[in-house]
Amino acid sequence: MLITMGLLLALSFVVSLLALTFLIWAIATRQFALDRAQAKTVFGKEAAEPDTDGTHLFDTTGIDRVSARPVRLLILGAIFWLLLASAFGVIASLKLHWPDWLNQAAPLTFGRMRALHLNLVTYGWLSQIGIACMYWILPRIFRTQLRSPQLAVIGFWLWNIGVTLGAVTFAWGWTDGEEWLEFAWQFDMLLVLAGVFFVVPLVRTARAREVDHIYVTGWYFLAAMVWFPCLFFIANFPGIHYGVEEATVNWWFAHNVLGLWLTPLGVGTAYYFIPKIIGKPIYSYSLSLIGFWGLALFYSQVGIHHLIGGPLPTWVVTLSIVHSMMMFIPVIAVAINQHVTVARNTWALRESLPLRFIAFGAVMYTLASFQGSIEALRSVNTITHFTHYTVGHAHLGAYAFVSIVMFGAAYHIMPRMVGREFAYPGLIRLHFWLVVLGFAIYFFALTIGGVLQGLAMLDATRSFAESVMVTKPYLEARSVGGTMMALGHVVFAANIIGILRAPRRALQPQSSVPAE
Amino acid sequence: MNRYLPLVLISLGILAFATLFLVIAPGIQIAQRAVSEGLRPYTEQEARGRAQYVSLGCVYCHSQQPRSPDQAPDGERGWGRPAVAGDYVFDRPHQLGTMRTGPDLLNVGARLPSASWQLTHLYQPRAIFPWSIMPAYPYLFEKKAKAAEGDTVVVLPNGVGPADGGVIVARPEALDLAAYLLSLDRTYPVPANSLRDDGFARRGASS
Repeated sequence: MLITMGLLLALSFVVSLLALTFLIWAIATRQFALDRAQAKTVFGKEAAEPDTDGTHLFDTTGIDRVSARPVRLLILGAIFWLLLASAFGVIASLKLHWPDWLNQAAPLTFGRMRALHLNLVTYGWLSQIGIACMYWILPRIFRTQLRSPQLAVIGFWLWNIGVTLGAVTFAWGWTDGEEWLEFAWQFDMLLVLAGVFFVVPLVRTARAREVDHIYVTGWYFLAAMVWFPCLFFIANFPGIHYGVEEATVNWWFAHNVLGLWLTPLGVGTAYYFIPKIIGKPIYSYSLSLIGFWGLALFYSQVGIHHLIGGPLPTWVVTLSIVHSMMMFIPVIAVAINQHVTVARNTWALRESLPLRFIAFGAVMYTLASFQGSIEALRSVNTITHFTHYTVGHAHLGAYAFVSIVMFGAAYHIMPRMVGREFAYPGLIRLHFWLVVLGFAIYFFALTIGGVLQGLAMLDATRSFAESVMVTKPYLEARSVGGTMMALGHVVFAANIIGILRAPRRALQPQSSVPAE
Repeated sequence: MNRYLPLVLISLGILAFATLFLVIAPGIQIAQRAVSEGLRPYTEQEARGRAQYVSLGCVYCHSQQPRSPDQAPDGERGWGRPAVAGDYVFDRPHQLGTMRTGPDLLNVGARLPSASWQLTHLYQPRAIFPWSIMPAYPYLFEKKAKAAEGDTVVVLPNGVGPADGGVIVARPEALDLAAYLLSLDRTYPVPANSLRDDGFARRGASS
């Protein structure tokens, strides 16, 4: 044991030395000397101009036209799974207070509905809409058209076949049985393969880029696209892990899917669209370095805070708690950059409906991360662990942050991709308020209900039944909020399909009519 | 940052570093501990029942990891002594769980050792606990006019069973699942070199 621990400490020392050497090399070669000129990479060759509703140029460089085919497919695929996943989510939520509803067959049971909701949201909706953003943004910040777009289309079909087979077989009872990893590993390997088809065009585009500097969004995207396939492959590789060790792999993966996949997608997307829409570079470009490397170093080690108080070594739990607290550093760095940029330009929130979604989502990232760090403290975790509070927190991160940023991104991309405006901006506002109000009800219900549930469970004088009964009104409220969010998604789908199916007009290079 | 390769390599290096600390190192440490004495492998029927437990998603509401009395009154609720790593060596996939919408089940076989009770509860939880929000699992059972030889009839209170006077008998899936639930019993003593998160241990009372 002593030898193992000694070996670990030695290894961590060597790694720290390597990191230090790299930092010195990077500073010496001015890799890290970030300035305002580089922050302006986001604007392309033209001068920085706001890119709000109704002011955009339709594909002046020919870059967007090449990206459009995979992006269109990915957005449509993402919306399909979003609608289905929302339906499963609402059904699962209703089942928690109507336990005798829809009990006729195993595929309808709560356990299957809940897991279908989670997996389809993660792999069907968030991953695909995030990849769509990568395909839209990266060629733009690299100022060159996407290479090998046909590989991306193959990737799209492989990915969706994998998700479909995984979901259908799961519904009928074929599962790997771990949270976030339910789909049978055979289909997960199809997703890894699809990931390769997605990554190759982006790497080729990155290497062919016509601008020296890689903009901050590119760091997040380029890192995420190697992180995710590695994570997903290792976590799904069968036959290695069992027992408690498997639980550590499970939560190493499950939290990294948020931290090293969905979060970089959301943060990277916000880092591109906020300055792009406003027409001014982000507040402090060098601060974004701390945000990125801090996320990589600290977020990758927080997963075991899901097993606090569990049957595994104390030191690994403590390690994850420490790193959870360290997450304050990169989160504050990102918060300063993104929120100050928006706060100094509130006019843009009136001019651009997509920015309302993106700025709202960016604020939710800060809140979700702060909440997550505090939740990892042993004293707080004792109350919130094993309760609905955690579900509320997960939705603050994956929904209020990533999903809402992605709604905004889709609303910004679509008019520029198809060369026409949304016919009914009012429906975009309706979508915004449905999901924001629905989410507020959802979140506060589960947060309050979860704390009451946790306190009841900690009180030995109260029966377990009390901890169930106390949550019922809050579970009902959650169903109301969740239904509103799902209705918002229907409006979202109608908006996107509406703009795609609108009759083609002669392309107007510049529209002078504001959208609102 | 202007270089693709260093960016990607360092990112992967950091991921490998995290994997070493969160997966490989604890894995080595856990593997060095012997199997808890008193823990036996699942029988074939219990393993089939466990597969039912996994595929029906019981883990989304039931944890299998009682906490220590220093942290929470799990023991007083009858959920068992604090779980240690050696209690899970036969568990593939693990079902530690992160929710307690229902109670912890690691020792449910010791707490509620009646197969008949388990079957009634699986058929209709609200027949026993009116406040329960657990799903019913009617498809693990079948309705018959009369029980045949060898059938396990589910005991049901008035008003829950079939209105027309038939009986509810357990399908093999239900019997397997009940056998698995009854096998959940980690009441044997903790091995000397057991491993668990002692972060809540009170000062001076290290375990």
